Amino acid sequence: MFSKKIVSLTLLVVVTATLFVINHFQLIGAYYLQIAQYIGIYAIMVLGINLVNGYLGIFSLGHAGIMAVGAYSSALISKFVLTDPVFFPLNIFLGGVFALLAGFLISIPSFKVRGDYLAIITLGFTLIMRSVLQNIEFVGGARGLRNIPSNTNIAWVFIWLVVAIVMVQMFIKSKYGRATLALQQDEIAAELVSVDTKKTKMVVFGFSAFLIGVSGGLLAHLLSFTNPNTFGYAMVSEGLIMVYLGGISSITGSLLGAGLWTLLVEVLRPLGVWRWIIGAVMLIVVMIYRPSGLAGGTELTIENTVSFFKNIKNWFASKTKKSVTSDNDSGK
Amino acid sequence: MDMFLQQALNLLQLGSIYALLAIGFSIVYGIVRLVNFAHGDIFMVATYAFFFLSTWLLTYTNSLYLVLAITLVLVAAAVSFLAVGIERVAYKPLRSAPKVSVVVTSLAVGLLLQHMVLQFIGPTPRRVPRLVPDIKFQVGTVNIELYQIVIIAVALFIMLLLSLFIMKTKTGIAMRAAAQDSTAASLMGISTDYIISVAFVVGATVASIGAGLYGMAYPIFDPYIGQMINWWSFTAAVLGGIGDFKGAVLGGFLLAAVMVISPMVLPVSSYRDIVAFGILILILLIKPSGLLGKKIIQKV
Amino acid sequence: MTNETILTFNKVSMYFGGVKAIDDLSFEINKNEIVGIIGPNGAGKTTVFNVLSGVYIPTSGDIVFNGKRINNLPAHTIINSGIARTFQNIRLFGKLSVLDNVRTAFYGKTKYSIIDIFLNTRAKLDEEESMRQEAMTLLEAVGLADKADVPAASLPYGEQRRLEIARALACKPDILLLDEPAAGMNPNEIDELNKMIVSIKEKFGLTILLVEHQMRLIMGICERIIVMNFGKSLAMGTPSEIRNHKEVLEAYLGKGRKK
Repeated sequence: MFSKKIVSLTLLVVVTATLFVINHFQLIGAYYLQIAQYIGIYAIMVLGINLVNGYLGIFSLGHAGIMAVGAYSSALISKFVLTDPVFFPLNIFLGGVFALLAGFLISIPSFKVRGDYLAIITLGFTLIMRSVLQNIEFVGGARGLRNIPSNTNIAWVFIWLVVAIVMVQMFIKSKYGRATLALQQDEIAAELVSVDTKKTKMVVFGFSAFLIGVSGGLLAHLLSFTNPNTFGYAMVSEGLIMVYLGGISSITGSLLGAGLWTLLVEVLRPLGVWRWIIGAVMLIVVMIYRPSGLAGGTELTIENTVSFFKNIKNWFASKTKKSVTSDNDSGK
Repeated sequence: MDMFLQQALNLLQLGSIYALLAIGFSIVYGIVRLVNFAHGDIFMVATYAFFFLSTWLLTYTNSLYLVLAITLVLVAAAVSFLAVGIERVAYKPLRSAPKVSVVVTSLAVGLLLQHMVLQFIGPTPRRVPRLVPDIKFQVGTVNIELYQIVIIAVALFIMLLLSLFIMKTKTGIAMRAAAQDSTAASLMGISTDYIISVAFVVGATVASIGAGLYGMAYPIFDPYIGQMINWWSFTAAVLGGIGDFKGAVLGGFLLAAVMVISPMVLPVSSYRDIVAFGILILILLIKPSGLLGKKIIQKV
Repeated sequence: MTNETILTFNKVSMYFGGVKAIDDLSFEINKNEIVGIIGPNGAGKTTVFNVLSGVYIPTSGDIVFNGKRINNLPAHTIINSGIARTFQNIRLFGKLSVLDNVRTAFYGKTKYSIIDIFLNTRAKLDEEESMRQEAMTLLEAVGLADKADVPAASLPYGEQRRLEIARALACKPDILLLDEPAAGMNPNEIDELNKMIVSIKEKFGLTILLVEHQMRLIMGICERIIVMNFGKSLAMGTPSEIRNHKEVLEAYLGKGRKK
C-alpha cells in the first residue's frame, strides 16, 4: 500500500524524534547513551575507512590524521565562528569538508606510489598532523582544545549515521562505485576501459575523508575536548582492527566491526587489560577463519538472513541424521 | 665542527640500531611478504626479558660483559622461540589469505603481546641496567661513551655475520631463492616451512640484539614502546626498499640521520616528527619503491 | 566502404632502455578495415597495442587517430576517444559480475555527477537504467545475457574472452584492438569467432586491428596483414601477398640451406 520509500522515511523520522525525546528527558542512563554514541561515531568512521581500505583496496593509515582534521576544524568553528548550537549540523558538515580536502591531498601520492610504500606516506600524514597540532598554541598545543560545546547527542549521531549509510550505498551503486571495485581488481585494465583512475582515487579518498571527518567532529563535540594524542598510533590500529574484524567492503561489516569492538572495550571494562587480550585473540581467530572479516564482501539482507537461519537448521538436521545412521551401523 | 662530529657519532649509534631493526623486519618480509606489525612488540618483549634476566644475573656476578653475553644469547633464543610459535599459530593458517588479513593479524598479535605484558607485568616504566662499564673518553673535543662504541661494534658485527649467512651458507642461499620465487624453491627441495621458521628466527634474534643495544642507549622502557618501534622499523625498511638487506641498512641510517638532523634544523624538538616524515614522504615521492627498491614493471 | 584513414603510425619507436620493442614503425589503417598483425613471439605486436592504447608513451614518432595526435594522452582519454582493446592474458574484473564488467566500461561516457549520485536524482536513475539496458544488449550480442549476474571469474575460458569483447564494445570504440582472441581455440571455435567478429564489425561500424598467431583466423578474416619482426614491419599486404612473401617465410620457417 505504502511505497518502500515512504515507509522508511517515516520510520527514520519516528526513530529520530524518539531519540531526541530520550535525550532531552534522560530516559535512558547517560552511560548507555554514551556507549551508543561511541558506537555510532565509530561506525561512521569505519564506513569511511572501509571505502579506501576495503573497496578501493589501498592500505591507508591516514584515518587518524583525517579524523583530527575533522575534529579540530568543526570544534574551532563551533567555538569561534558559528557558535550558536543551531549551526551544529553545519559545523559538523564543514569539519567533514575540511577533512575531505585533506583526503584529496593524501590521494595524490597514490597515483605513483604503491602498497607498503604508500602506507608509510599515509602514516606520515597522520604523524605530521599530530605533530602540527601539538605545536600550534592557538588550538591548545599538546593539551588540546577544551570547552567545545557538547552538542552531540544520540539523535544527531543517528542522523549522521543514516546519512553515511545512505551515501555509501548510493556511491557503491554508481559509476564511481564500479570504477573503485574495478580499480581494486586490476588498475591497468580499469584505466584501459575508460576509467579515470586518478580521479576515482581522489573521489574515494575525499568521500572517505568526509565521513571520517564527520565522525571526528561528532567525537569532539561529545567529549567537549580533543587533543592530538587521541589521533596517534592507537587510533590507527583500532581503526584498522574495526574494519577487518567487521568485514571489508561491506556496510554491514563496518557497523558490525565498530559495534563489536566498542562494546568489547566498554562492556568488558571491569576486566581491565584482559579485554584487549580477548579482543586481540578474537581478531586473530576471525582472520584465520574469515580473512576478509566477519561480514567481508557481503551485506545483511533479508534473503541472506533467512538463508543463514535455514543453513543452521539444516546443519542441526544433518547432525541428528548422522547419529541415527551410526546407530544403525553399530547394530550390524 | 665538533658539534658535527658529536652528531655523527649519535647518528652512527642510532643508525646501527635502526638498521638492525629494519633488517629484522625486512628479512621476514622478503621471505613471506608479510609486514609483521608484531615486530615492535617482539622487540618490547625482548627488552623485558633482557631486563629481568640481566637484573637477576647481576645479583650473582659483577662481570658486566659476561652478563651481557649470556643475556644476548638467551634472550635471542627465547624470543626466537616465541616468534616461531607466533608464526605457526597465527600466520601459517593465513598463508594463502589476502595479504592485508595477515597484516591485520600481526597488528592483533602485537596488541596481544603489549596487553599481556601490561596485565602480567604492569605499566610502570623500568630501567634496563647498563651492561657496559661507565667509561668515557675524549677524542679531540668529541665525548665518547664506551657503550656507544659497543653498540656500533656489535651492530656492525651482526650485520656482517648476517650478510655472510645470507650470501655464503646453504640456508642463506635457500632463503634468497625462496624470497625470489617460493614455488620454484620448494620444487628444488627447499622446505617452505623450514625457511619461514628460519626467517622468523633471524628476525627475532636481530630484534632481540637490537633491543639489548637500544637499552644501552635508551634505558627507560614500558610496554608501549613496541608501537613506536613498529612503525619506525617499518619505515626504515621501506625507505631502503623493503625486502632488501642493503636497503634495510641504508634505510636505518637514513632514518637515524633524519632523526638526528631535524632537531638541528628546527630546534623545537616537537617538530621532529614533522621534519622526519616530511623528508620520508619526499623521498618516497621521488623514488616510489624506496631508495634501492626495484621497480616492478607490470606486463600488460 | 570508405578509404578514409583512421589511424596512422608515423615512424613510431618504443625503446625500453636498450631493447627496441618497436623500431621505426609506420603504417596506415583505413576505416572499417580488418587488419591483422602477425609475427614471431617478441616481434613487438602487443607493444603496438600498448603504445596505441596509452599504456606506454612512444619514445619517438607520431600516432594519429581520427586526425588527432594521441601520443601523450593518458590511457583513459585515448580509450574514451574511440579506441578499445582486449588483452592477451584475459584481464577481467574477476570479482565483479558479468554485467558490471561491461558497465564499468561506460565510465568515460557517463554524464551524471557526484551530486546526482548522492541526491539520487532522476538524471542519475535514468542514465543508470539506460546503461543497464545497453549493457544487456551487448551481452546478448556475445551470448552472455543469461549470465549477467554471475562473477566474471567463474565463467569458462571461452566465455571470458567473449565478455572481454563485450566490455571493449561498451567503450563505444571506432577501432577495436583484439589481442590473440583465438588463443587456445580449435578450428570450429575459430570459425565461430570469425563470424562473431564480422557481425560486430558490421553492427557497430568498427575498424578492427587483430594480433594473432592462429593463421586460420588471420587468413580467414583479414583484408590486410602487417608482418612484424624485431620491432620492425617486415611486410604489408593482402593475405595472398603475405602467404608467398619470401622474407615472411624466412622469418617463420628460417632460411633454406644453400644447395
